[in-house]
Amino acid sequence: MTTTLLTGAARPQRAGTAPRFSDAVNAEWVKFRTLRGPRWTLFAGLLATVVLGAVLSFFMNRNFASMASNGAPFEPVRTALGGVVLGQLAMVVLGVTVLGGEYASGMIRLSLAAVPSRTTFLAAKAAVLAGVTLLVGLVTSFTAFFIGQALLGSHGVSLGDPGVLRAVLGGAVYLMLIALLSLGVTAVLRRQTLALGILVPFFFLVSGILQAIPGFTKATQFLPDQAGQRFLQIHHQSKDAFGPWTGLLITVLWVAAALLGGWLALRRRDA
Amino acid sequence: MIELCELTKRYDDKTAVDSLSFVIRPGLVTGFLGPNGAGKSTTMRLILGLDRPTGGRVLVDGQSYAQLPAPLTHIGALLEASAAQGGRSAYDHLLWLARSNRIPDRRVDQALAAVGLSDVARKRSRGFSLGMGQRLGIAAALLGDPPVLMFDEPVNGLDPEGIRWIRTLMKGLAAEGRTVFVSSHLMSEMALTADHLVVIGRGRLLADVPMEEFIDGNARSCLRIRTPQPQALLDALATRGIAAVPAADGSWEVEGGDPAAIAALATARGVVLEELSPQRASLEEAFMRMTADAVEYRGTGGAGSPAPATDSASSPTSASSPTTRTGATR
Repeated sequence: MTTTLLTGAARPQRAGTAPRFSDAVNAEWVKFRTLRGPRWTLFAGLLATVVLGAVLSFFMNRNFASMASNGAPFEPVRTALGGVVLGQLAMVVLGVTVLGGEYASGMIRLSLAAVPSRTTFLAAKAAVLAGVTLLVGLVTSFTAFFIGQALLGSHGVSLGDPGVLRAVLGGAVYLMLIALLSLGVTAVLRRQTLALGILVPFFFLVSGILQAIPGFTKATQFLPDQAGQRFLQIHHQSKDAFGPWTGLLITVLWVAAALLGGWLALRRRDA
Repeated sequence: MIELCELTKRYDDKTAVDSLSFVIRPGLVTGFLGPNGAGKSTTMRLILGLDRPTGGRVLVDGQSYAQLPAPLTHIGALLEASAAQGGRSAYDHLLWLARSNRIPDRRVDQALAAVGLSDVARKRSRGFSLGMGQRLGIAAALLGDPPVLMFDEPVNGLDPEGIRWIRTLMKGLAAEGRTVFVSSHLMSEMALTADHLVVIGRGRLLADVPMEEFIDGNARSCLRIRTPQPQALLDALATRGIAAVPAADGSWEVEGGDPAAIAALATARGVVLEELSPQRASLEEAFMRMTADAVEYRGTGGAGSPAPATDSASSPTSASSPTTRTGATR
């Protein structure tokens, strides 16, 4: 009753072209869009970033004299995008769960049976994650920017001002990099609870606390989040150890290290 | 076709798979039997390239798994009931699998229909029963219409209807000329499904035989005869060249004897028979003896021999009368 349907139905495929990298990406995209969780996570990240940025911009504008009077040049983009400190947590959750969910459910075995090359598998996953988070990051970043500048009133800047477009685009790139970093860490750890348990406190607490300790202020600028957020500034502040492009490079190196570690772990370990 | 050659998998302190060499041929259901922890699942993961072998190699369709261009069109596997994320629908679960291997989308509906899940195709698999999860896993295996299929303990936790369905499916797939490799720890299940048997214990190969040969070798029938006149019985049997061996409880056993002929012979000679019963060792017992020996004599070999312990196997204590004891021993 069951087997009659099967014979030969898919055979022509084998004579056809072998799957390519794009097919692995296609599969990862289907995985991504067919779960509700990731969509809500992205939406929550967008909302958190925009709302917090709007609140910061609003109060900055109202209390500009008292808040920005210490002589340092005011950072209108950084203020409007200040919500990324919250929004990046959505990227962490997303980066962890797209792979960690497969380990938790056992689906990873099916994934690796379908795409035996660990390199292809991880690259496809990273490609989809990067594409989605960059796209949503762009929407997030520009929305937060425009709302923030409107609320900053006379203290706001326009996209055409020096360094502004770069910093706004940087907001999107930053969110994408945090998601990729989380993916790499999860590939190393393989357990999403463990990965979240390390990454969330790191981004939410550890980095900020270390920064507040006098001796560490300089060193913490090299952490992936702080180095990346340097890219959201349009001015060089006196405390800065490096410029925006160096900051971006440092974060990219962190991401590369995490993905490399994840790639090695995937290749070396049994699934 | 799946070929294993000296396949070995060692973990830190334990050898899970120990130089396994055998070939799984097309057109047959090959049962992969062994007690829990014998290395069946590890072997299957090695076949799929999920675990890296410590030594040896395994070929699917003549290629190593990693070299298969579209693996799902060469071999489909059911490893665990629901290797699916519960938030995704059955259809979407198969859709990503299909896309990964360039299998046309229409195969998704066909595979779901083949396992009887069409009605719940758009439902999230979180709400599936164990049996439905198993069917979804089988649909995933069938998706690429592969010539080789592998099922790890497919009947575990299924109701009788589901078990029968899987049996029929596996036999049907083999009848189409596919290679069907199915693991179980239940001999009784294999006896009903498998054409060929591969038995392992502690990661080592204990038997690689056609099912019939295994049955003939291990479930030999004999006649148990009880009489107050043993000498007269032996004399009577000797006239026909039939040998009887004494059993521990004072009865006698005749290998492969025909009860009617022996009854006639005894009556003609005036030998009183108190019992004349056909005996058959259950396959389950034969399997358990075989794997128990693997534990007992491990390290001394025994690989390749279908019945390494036939001497002790023929003792009457291991035989059971089909009329009186089979139900109790199963």
